[in-house]
Amino acid sequence: MSDKTQASDAKSATKSEISPVLLAVLRGRLEQIADEMDATLFRSAFNPIIAEAHDASHGLYDAKTGETLVQGKEGLPVFVGVMAFAVRYVIDITKDNPPEDGDVYIFNDPYEGGTHLSDFKLIRPLFRDGKVFCYLASVGHWHDVGGNVPGNYNPVATESFQEGVHIPPVKLFRRGERQDDIMSILRTNSRLPLSVYGDLNAQVSALDLGHSRMIALLDEYSDDTIKTVFSELRSRAHLQMQAHITALPDGEVAATDFLDNDGINDTALPIAVDVRVTGDRMILDFSRSAEQCAGPVNISRSTAIAACYVALKHLFPDVPANAGVLDPVEIVIPDDSLLAAQAPKPVGGYTETILRIIDVIFTAVGKLDPSRALANAYGTINALSLAGHRDDGSRWVMFSFFGGGHGGHSDGDGLSHGNAPISMATIPPLEILEAAYPVAFRRWSLRPDSGGAGMHRGGLGAIYEVEVLADGADGFFFGERGRHAPQPVGDGHPAAMNKFSYRANDADDAEVQTPPMTSKLVGIKLQKTGSVRLETPGGGGYGSPFDRDPEAVANDLRLGYISMDSARESYGVVVAKDGSVDAAATTNLRRERATAN
Amino acid sequence: MSKSEARYVIGIDVGGTFTDLFFLDRNTGTVTTGKVPSTVADQSIGLVDGVGRELTDFSEIETIVHGTTVGTNALLERKGTKTGLITTVGFEDVLEMRRRDRPHTWGLRGGYDPVITRDLRLGVAERTLANGSIETALDEDGVTAAVQALIAAGCEGLCISFINSYANPQNEARAAELARALWPNEHVTVASDILPEIREFERLSTATLNAYLQPRMANYLNQLDARMTSSGSKGDILIVQSNGGVMSIDAASSQPVRTALSGPAAGVIAASHIGGSAGFRNIITCDMGGTSFDVSVIADGRTALAAQTSIDFGMVVRTPMIEITTIGAGGGSIAWIDGAGLLQIGPQSAGSDPGPVCYGLGNDQPTVTDANLLLGRINADRPIGGKLDRLDVEAARNAVQNAVATPLGIDVMDAAEAIIQVANARMAGAIRIVSIERGHDPAKFAAMPFGGGGALHIGAMIREVGLKTGLVPRYPGVTSALGCVIADMRHDTVRTVNMPLSAVTSQQLTSWVDELHTASSERITGGSETFAALEESIEADMLYAGQTHTVQVRLSGRNELTPAGLEAAFNAAYTAQIGTPLDGIPARLVNLRLAVIARRDKLDLRALAPKDGKSATDAILGTRKIYVDGAWSEATIYERLTMAVGERVMGPALLEQADTTIYVDPGLVGLVDEFGNLRIERAE
Repeated sequence: MSDKTQASDAKSATKSEISPVLLAVLRGRLEQIADEMDATLFRSAFNPIIAEAHDASHGLYDAKTGETLVQGKEGLPVFVGVMAFAVRYVIDITKDNPPEDGDVYIFNDPYEGGTHLSDFKLIRPLFRDGKVFCYLASVGHWHDVGGNVPGNYNPVATESFQEGVHIPPVKLFRRGERQDDIMSILRTNSRLPLSVYGDLNAQVSALDLGHSRMIALLDEYSDDTIKTVFSELRSRAHLQMQAHITALPDGEVAATDFLDNDGINDTALPIAVDVRVTGDRMILDFSRSAEQCAGPVNISRSTAIAACYVALKHLFPDVPANAGVLDPVEIVIPDDSLLAAQAPKPVGGYTETILRIIDVIFTAVGKLDPSRALANAYGTINALSLAGHRDDGSRWVMFSFFGGGHGGHSDGDGLSHGNAPISMATIPPLEILEAAYPVAFRRWSLRPDSGGAGMHRGGLGAIYEVEVLADGADGFFFGERGRHAPQPVGDGHPAAMNKFSYRANDADDAEVQTPPMTSKLVGIKLQKTGSVRLETPGGGGYGSPFDRDPEAVANDLRLGYISMDSARESYGVVVAKDGSVDAAATTNLRRERATAN
Repeated sequence: MSKSEARYVIGIDVGGTFTDLFFLDRNTGTVTTGKVPSTVADQSIGLVDGVGRELTDFSEIETIVHGTTVGTNALLERKGTKTGLITTVGFEDVLEMRRRDRPHTWGLRGGYDPVITRDLRLGVAERTLANGSIETALDEDGVTAAVQALIAAGCEGLCISFINSYANPQNEARAAELARALWPNEHVTVASDILPEIREFERLSTATLNAYLQPRMANYLNQLDARMTSSGSKGDILIVQSNGGVMSIDAASSQPVRTALSGPAAGVIAASHIGGSAGFRNIITCDMGGTSFDVSVIADGRTALAAQTSIDFGMVVRTPMIEITTIGAGGGSIAWIDGAGLLQIGPQSAGSDPGPVCYGLGNDQPTVTDANLLLGRINADRPIGGKLDRLDVEAARNAVQNAVATPLGIDVMDAAEAIIQVANARMAGAIRIVSIERGHDPAKFAAMPFGGGGALHIGAMIREVGLKTGLVPRYPGVTSALGCVIADMRHDTVRTVNMPLSAVTSQQLTSWVDELHTASSERITGGSETFAALEESIEADMLYAGQTHTVQVRLSGRNELTPAGLEAAFNAAYTAQIGTPLDGIPARLVNLRLAVIARRDKLDLRALAPKDGKSATDAILGTRKIYVDGAWSEATIYERLTMAVGERVMGPALLEQADTTIYVDPGLVGLVDEFGNLRIERAE
């Protein structure tokens, strides 16, 4: 066996073959490098969106195609797919002016590079023998990049120029020399220049670290060996993905969902997928989705493809995170689609649209094979920003995303108050927010009856209430799922919808107001004692609630996850005064309901 | 205090399978070790039995120092007591909402059950703001009603945790006063007593887990105390904390959450002392058990402390603890081929029951131990631990053939070697995390294995990570018990400051540290131990204004307790841990941390060295065929404990003793040092 000689000479491998042992070892080493880059940025970043919410990502990318080779585990999942396009863009535009060793490119173009203007990408070629061996990239969500709205979630933008500053790929470092004029442009265009400066330095540190770790690994194992590992890992991800697709029944299924509106025109926007499975191939066809719209829920094609990647990785989590995942998948998106936006269409609310893409893929696959399926998670990022000035005149901007429920699934109930499927973000502690900004939270709790009923219940969303303690603040809110609920699997029920409301102050006659477009609002004027209240969606239910164990329903009622009304109406379970299940009455009620249907 | 006849200090580490004992006779300086089966239902039975096998007269006991897994196991198995929570109204669900995370990046599966269910989490009207001002006074009638409701619901433990109590504990303290007047036992935990630090979920989670453990731990310690007393002991009982220090029984009963990692911490303390005595101030400890491989770093003689850890998803404990990085690669970890055709080790494990295939107790999935057996590294006729008479080599071979060799299309011996190589790579990865990733140069470190399996892999660690030396203690199986004997008394406290450094004065800094010092000293001086000295260690959590993650800044002493001193120390720490310090951005002081340490007498480890050893040649038991790098070769087998100081063995060699087997790889040499350690280095 050839493996015998390889085992004795484990540190080198020919280009064509590599021992399974060495492959397993080097996969671990490469993933550790990407993870370590993530950790470096999270530790040292300035803004909480990176430091606490982990809205950032790192990886290694192919020298010729930009495709993902290895990705860190703790970064924002959606960047996994998008960064490949960002690197590709740098490769394309530097064709005639190739990079040099020590160069680092920086840019935030959302059309070629994906996502939105807040995400700054730093891309560094790694040279071996005078040639680019691979690219290292770091992307992070900056706190403020100019535009009309602090924090850059501008729900009424009609051009991306209103969403922030645009930086095309430029060299932040030339042959290792930092370009302070570029640095100065970046700082000047932010309301929070120190934060930008800090985050940028942290990203550079992460790239430096990845670069030195990678060089050490290449020196230890040889360039050819690592190259072989890259291609081998990719082909294995491809094969594994094929095996998963083959295991799904052949057929065609459709799923349609909606965005509430685009913040400009109050019209629902369909996001629809037709999934066709034939043998080991899968087609995801988004042709029935809306056309490009006036407001900021457009996304670029690269972002849409990245969203498909995230959905498939959630359905088939054991496939290694690299470009091979998408090899057996064909994605169809027409050029005029909302999912293929071009400049200068606004894209600031991209998170909402990609969450809906993930939802429709989950729903469609649930129709093909419920045992694989996950009901929809809460499906909105709920970006809330409150901003004002302190007594000393300094500006404050509190900006955060909020959580909701995960969907029920074949193994059990959904998680309550989880993070969005596109991210691993944690929420900042309310004590940190209260210490940093003149606000006080009045409520931070689970939201009863928000999880979709089902044999496996959806996880619960949350209720947050925050009051302004300063003399006035402006509020901005960007959410979704105010009119279209997170969807179930099978006969499960949808989850509760998103509800946002506010009061200008706490006077008895101050009315509770809701945004005209339910979930998007700019320029909310709050006085001292004014407050906002957010009730987030839960996750969809899995399977018929009539199949849920009555004892589990009674327990949900006892713990206040559901109301007595829901126990009876949604689950057909009759609970006696002492909290015990009335078995006979439950059987009768469930039978009645079954025949009524 | 008359304790003239008391002369034994006994370190006792109770693990899942065995209770290890280490006896030090302070009069003669001699040591003895013991090992008895653990008694799972009540650990104190096995413990007292173990002591009784060595000592007939319990009045000779001066001190018992106990590393316990009672707390750890109760948390992992969710076997704490029924507990209630009283909190600020509107925030009853913070415990269940966590920090809005999820268990796995991919898959969106998995749930969370908080240790206090929603019906037992009651809100009362009260509110403290971030600046410490009380906005809403405590609703005292509401507290009384909530306490009565929780008593009626059958709660045995109670936790009180209010929003912003780190900034002003007044409302919490008053609520505790009211609750204690009604509560039927002493098991009331107040969050600001346990952790007066900003971040509501982390503080609440830590306090909740403390309350959840308190009745169980207190009962256990009472029982242990009673059993020892009735056996005639008048000695003190001390309990090892996760931070590597020890505390009194009273302290452990009221703050049991501080024992969450008691057992492993004692091992690291021992490693620090063994390594330090042998001239190694830089040590990486490697504890290989049945299901996991735990590593910890000791740099320049100091153990690394982590601020918090998660016992399980959402079960956060935030108290200083010895930083231990764990990966699922132990002797019982199962080798399997994943969907991409890659060989994987763990995290699934056969544990110690049924254990590896070769145990013949019903498992048929090959493990790391099975691979070591096939490769000849383990003696089939002399299994360690003494539970089995012999190991089933053929069963192990079949399992490796079916689960690994056949799917990969390779020879069974190559498959066994592949399992070890992948396991070694994972262990090496864990060592890289604690060394290279923390800015330490592995070439300056010695690896010290303890537990049963680590010494088989020590050569691989030297080779793969570039470590300088492997140092195998004379009794690797009782390292934690030895650590108990030498651990210092220690109490950690914290105060959240959260102010710009420029707004803080030297006087304030000193008075804050004085307050912490007074509180800690009271905790410590309750015991009647003899201390060599009383020391303090001051740390600050600092960051640049705008950041949210703090940098751990260790101060050299009170001389640095000035704004300028802190600034300089922060710059140095930032450079070491993150990178270039940032000009022009003001620094903030978030927390001050103080550890007060009372040193206990150290054991002279020369007592461990063999007295009348044999030459290496005379210690040879025979030879065995081992499979290395794709070929068979012959390894010499030695009876390790009989070898004299200064003797040396050339690899390939296997050194056997009751509680471990040491593998000296080809190209390495092993030397018995003056403390009885085996020092393994590259042969020149």
